[in-house]
Amino acid sequence: MNKENVPQDLGALGKLTTEVCYVTDENGKYVTELSNGWQIKSEALDVAWHDIEEKVNAAKRKVENNEASPILFFMELRVMDPAILSAYTGFWKWTIKRHMKPSVFKKLSGDKLKRYAEVFDISVEQLKTMNAHEA
Amino acid sequence: MKLNFEHVQAAHCENGVTRNLLKHAGVNFITEPLAFGIGSGLFYIHLPFMKVNGGPAISFRTQPGLIFKRTAKSLDIKIIRKKFSSEEEAQKALDECLQQGQPAGCQVGVYYLTYFPKEYRFHFNAHNLVVFGKEDDNYIISDPIMEYTTTLNSYELNRVRFAKGFLAPKGQLYYPEKAKEITVEQIQRAIKKGIKLNLRDMLHIPGSFAGVSGIAYTGRKIKKWRDKLGIQKAGSYLAQIVRMQEEIGTGGGGFRFLYGAFLQEANQYFHKDELLDISKQFTQAGDQWRNAAVQASGIYKGRITSQADFDVMGDYLIKISEMEKKAFQELSKVKLDA
Repeated sequence: MNKENVPQDLGALGKLTTEVCYVTDENGKYVTELSNGWQIKSEALDVAWHDIEEKVNAAKRKVENNEASPILFFMELRVMDPAILSAYTGFWKWTIKRHMKPSVFKKLSGDKLKRYAEVFDISVEQLKTMNAHEA
Repeated sequence: MKLNFEHVQAAHCENGVTRNLLKHAGVNFITEPLAFGIGSGLFYIHLPFMKVNGGPAISFRTQPGLIFKRTAKSLDIKIIRKKFSSEEEAQKALDECLQQGQPAGCQVGVYYLTYFPKEYRFHFNAHNLVVFGKEDDNYIISDPIMEYTTTLNSYELNRVRFAKGFLAPKGQLYYPEKAKEITVEQIQRAIKKGIKLNLRDMLHIPGSFAGVSGIAYTGRKIKKWRDKLGIQKAGSYLAQIVRMQEEIGTGGGGFRFLYGAFLQEANQYFHKDELLDISKQFTQAGDQWRNAAVQASGIYKGRITSQADFDVMGDYLIKISEMEKKAFQELSKVKLDA
């Protein structure tokens, strides 16, 4: 990329810091130049967050229809998957899957609920009611 | 307490930490491109049976930690690296480093990194930064992708050092020991070794989904995505590739430019004009990665969605695979004798 082609489209990161790019100058020599971001990649990031939002909404509907417990909702909200949630809570993946069933969730001990709530950074009450604050 | 440490912003976190820590250890010649090239950072792999965030698992870089390890090893510098089972232990070891005047590299997860914008916070655990001071409860941080130094309090730092999941850092802390005098011959040898390793990784790695052939493998896959996944999901997959390619921490397209910069710097140690020509070829490959990203964005924005558009997209990668193959083949023929 030539120095003069470095994009300066303000992206999410560009509000906090510029990024270093290695580019060629008019003599073809490599130099560094700062960029505020690139629209193409901001849009790729938007796609990723849009997909996450859809997953969160789908999870929410499932909980409301009593097809899943709030654990599914909060897992999606915190951009986790069963493997990550398992690593943070110490529960096995299959255990987590079980806890995602509303009937099993209702019978979970306070201790186990607390473990989930801590990982999701919410209170047990919020976990039960699916009432989350912003991350 | 704030140690005397030079924070220099970098295009990629591990290169930046490598350069900054080695410079602190007395390796004066080191630059980001040299760290990247000596550490043979350029790579490509598309793992066919694995998914990341529900999309294709592609990496444009070597395994985290290797750039630092290889660069230090090539220069005959010992690395001290520790992992911990408890946060208390990890914090104690870090405090001891600082008390002894030693800035320490840390591997961290980005999800809880408070100074990052929310949009960038995924569960990615192979980010690198240097801690080089502590004032009250605040650690002074040199994060190489940031323009300025920043801080994290002990709770925040412990949390990112003990992020969980894939590539969990386990409080990992590392630094090089003081360098002895490094001779020009030693630098030349390190550069040669770095190039040789990159040739192996990109040209001679077996299988069809790693190295230069892996790029074409992805290209062929993309052509089938429209039928197989539907337009929307295929678009999300392409967006993920662009993120892997362009975002901090992964840096695929930008890595081609870094490699071009590395070859130009290598030329100062070998004076072989071929290196400059091959550098140009990597610049062109990097440009082509960016053009491919523009094509991908047309698809994930829903502007162009025909099979022909997917074919163009796939062909970009197949072409890039050929370009990089040719560049590496020519590089393998350059006689690097000082």
